[in-house]
Amino acid sequence: MSTLAATFTDALDGLGVESTRTTAAGFPDALAATVEGPAVGTPLPFDGVSLDGADVAVPPTPDQLRTAKTGVTPVFGGIAEYGSVVVESRPEGDELVALYPERHVAVLRESDLVAGVDDATDYLRERFEAGRDSAVLATGVSATADMGATVEGVHGPREVRVIVLSDR
Amino acid sequence: MSADNESRAERIRRLLETEGPTVKQNAQGFNEGRYAAMADVDGERLRTEAREIKEDAIERLPELIETVRECVEANGGTVSLADDAADANEHIAEVCGDADSLVKSKSMTTEELDVNEHLAARGIDVTETDLGEFVLQVADEAPSHLIAPGFHKSTDEIADLFNARFDPAEPLETPEGLTAFARDHLGERIRDADVGMTGANFVLAESGTLALVTNEGNARKCAVTPDTHVAVAGVEKLIPSVDELGPMIELLARSATGQDIAQYVSLLTPPTDSPTIDFDSEEPIGGGAEDREFHLVLVDNGRFEMREDEDLKETLYCVRCGACSNSCANFQHVGGHAFGGETYTGGIATGWEAGTGGEASDGTDAGSISPASVEFNDLCTGCSRCVNACPVKIDVPWINTVVRDRRNRGADPSGIESLADGLVPDSESAGMDWGKRAFGNIDTLARLGSATAPVSNWLADSAPARALLERGLGIDARRDLPEFRRETLRDWDQRRTPGVASPLTDREAVLVPDVFTNHVDVDRGKAAVRTLEALGVPVRVADVTGTGRAPFSQGMIATAREKAEAVADALAPHLNVTGTAGERFRLADGSEASVNAGRDLVFVEPSDLAMVRAEYDKLLPAEQAENLADGSFEVLEYVYGLLENGVDPAPLTRGDGEELTYHAHCQQRTLGLDAHTEAVLGRLGYDVATTEAECCGMAGSFGYKADYYDLSVAVGESLAAEVEAADGAGEGANDDTDRRVVASGTSCEEQLTDLLDRPATHPVELLDPARGPTSE
Ligand code: SF4
Repeated sequence: MSTLAATFTDALDGLGVESTRTTAAGFPDALAATVEGPAVGTPLPFDGVSLDGADVAVPPTPDQLRTAKTGVTPVFGGIAEYGSVVVESRPEGDELVALYPERHVAVLRESDLVAGVDDATDYLRERFEAGRDSAVLATGVSATADMGATVEGVHGPREVRVIVLSDR
Repeated sequence: MSADNESRAERIRRLLETEGPTVKQNAQGFNEGRYAAMADVDGERLRTEAREIKEDAIERLPELIETVRECVEANGGTVSLADDAADANEHIAEVCGDADSLVKSKSMTTEELDVNEHLAARGIDVTETDLGEFVLQVADEAPSHLIAPGFHKSTDEIADLFNARFDPAEPLETPEGLTAFARDHLGERIRDADVGMTGANFVLAESGTLALVTNEGNARKCAVTPDTHVAVAGVEKLIPSVDELGPMIELLARSATGQDIAQYVSLLTPPTDSPTIDFDSEEPIGGGAEDREFHLVLVDNGRFEMREDEDLKETLYCVRCGACSNSCANFQHVGGHAFGGETYTGGIATGWEAGTGGEASDGTDAGSISPASVEFNDLCTGCSRCVNACPVKIDVPWINTVVRDRRNRGADPSGIESLADGLVPDSESAGMDWGKRAFGNIDTLARLGSATAPVSNWLADSAPARALLERGLGIDARRDLPEFRRETLRDWDQRRTPGVASPLTDREAVLVPDVFTNHVDVDRGKAAVRTLEALGVPVRVADVTGTGRAPFSQGMIATAREKAEAVADALAPHLNVTGTAGERFRLADGSEASVNAGRDLVFVEPSDLAMVRAEYDKLLPAEQAENLADGSFEVLEYVYGLLENGVDPAPLTRGDGEELTYHAHCQQRTLGLDAHTEAVLGRLGYDVATTEAECCGMAGSFGYKADYYDLSVAVGESLAAEVEAADGAGEGANDDTDRRVVASGTSCEEQLTDLLDRPATHPVELLDPARGPTSE
């Protein structure tokens, strides 16, 4: 495993986020193990992986989105140090699918990992220039302390799983 | 005056009892989190970068506004620049069009403008979706903290509130239950809303991007779910581009809550490509992004005027992380409902409320600098603990001092004025508060007190005199007054035979006495002189007393400046300034203190040292201030330097394992000088425990003031509890398990002595060779 991937996995561990590292060939099994139905998703633009054939509604209806247990989206980058993933506001609806269901399954190409925040802002600048200028750096699960103690799962997901594609 | 005072004191007492315990737990939790999180990064570098970014952005503000306007319009959104609250509300209502419902994520700026009230008046149903804001909306209360607005409410109080309002089938009890209920309730509102409103933590001008930092995910949801997104942001939120974002991301969550990074840092360049969504539709999502609308409302409301104001300008660098509140001992105990204005809370609220009018609701004062409305700024005692906490290095106490000064000057002269001019030779306006004026001129009063001691002490302590002091000057009768000594430190110095026949080093020291050391606690001054002489350094006592700290804390800047000028003149002959810093005392951790080639200026009182090192640059010409700062030392810092440079500590009194608890003075800690005292005490064989409390609560005159006595004692009791915890068995005073209490500041000594029933001493009194190994 690359150092970046190892750092990333450690950071996810620290956040209580489960991650699976797999090759494109192993993706269907990894996905099946991570998804709890009903599930919704957005198309994965990564070579050799797809949600076709999985029990995931792509694209979902608003009602499917609202009632889904799991939402699967690609993420376009990750910050190894913090375990953050980059959810992009694609026309396919990643932002909605990563936000509404209780569990977000993020699919990440290992080669898209960067080390820290400084690298991430460099990386974001390039993408901004290419017109891909809306994204969320999401770290762990949605949380609040406003009710007197830390509670996970507020307006966003209560669980996050990351599938890292080691050969992509 | 007294009715006003009484109600203020009562209010503080009520808040101490009701909201105090929850506020304290939360603020101290955030504060500890910040220390831990900042320890993982190069905080100094990041804070310097963040500061530069904000300075540059505010400098270039007009240009950035034009850039963002072009960019957002090119993206398909609109931009308006609102002059004041009324104008902003008008714009907001306009872009909301015929909407019926609006969901909001947390935004202090919209609170400043009273947006909710204005929209409600137009028939728009507004729902706050940040859970803390939602609680306050249900309770109809004002925020008590910048980032955790409902921070004063416990789980039980929120449960009672929700159960009464929503009458759920099963009564709500736990944080989990309350969160789940709020999520479902608010989720429905978000799905149905016509408009989503957010603030912005930063606005990136070159791409028209909003940076929104949240943990709950509500800002994302409000921005993406309704078709129309309205973002409301003060103009100071603009930074050039994503290139400037790195340090901000690294610092914001660490400073605010002690997280490495917030859960969601959303960088949205609206209208975004996310498909629109209609929860009543059966069609799969996708497309419709062209139906998205975006409106950016930039708000001036006094900010451009602040930008032109040399002293208030810094406020605009504020990223509203709340660290200045969390690190403030007064805030930790009483919260933002006492320490805050209409909208903003904590030390920096003074800048925001003075600059943005603070009374936006009636529209009258909006946009003008109104220092008169920020009376709460007396709760800033200048302890300076927020200065190192602030991620953009804002000198929050200075802003409070400046606004206090303007309030003093704006005060109406009262009948008592003619008396003032004879007794207190200051440069302040005649109408200012009498109590402040007395404390600000403490050196004059102390001179009179010593000259007439002990009669002055008997008189001052008589019951009628105390009643008069409380009524006339607001000095709480429950405090012991300082006892002036007939023989001052300077008198003593002039009569004694110098103790160093042949110097052991090439150094010579001038002890600069503060008012208390010269007139009241003369013994600690003598101990300092004897200690330094025992180490072979000839010492003389300066013929100037005090540094202007007293008037400075009362917001009497002109008087403080005159004092600083007099001090600079008096001390100039001692400083053999060569233009370059001379030899340096270096600490093991790499920090250093520079020394001039001439005599060294040594201070027993940390608040006077901090005055010279950290405040004189605002009062004196730069070079003069720098020379004084470079030549000045806290007495234990000086001892440390001597020992590090090979001077033999043998003549000093040693600890032989004696256990003590040391409370470093707040301003001393800010200067990083607590470590020197700990190191010296450790080296001399004392077993040193230290306290964590940010401040003792006495803070010079603060604890004497009738209005603030209860708060001062509450803060002091937290510190006293730490000392007792360190004692181990600890309840009873003076039993065998009690550790000796040592404190560097006069105020800390007084407070601890009052609250612990055992005397607190200055560390230099322990080293004093005259003390002898077993004496007290
Ligand atoms: S003044 Fe500094 S510490 Fe206080 S809220 Fe603003 S940025 Fe944070």
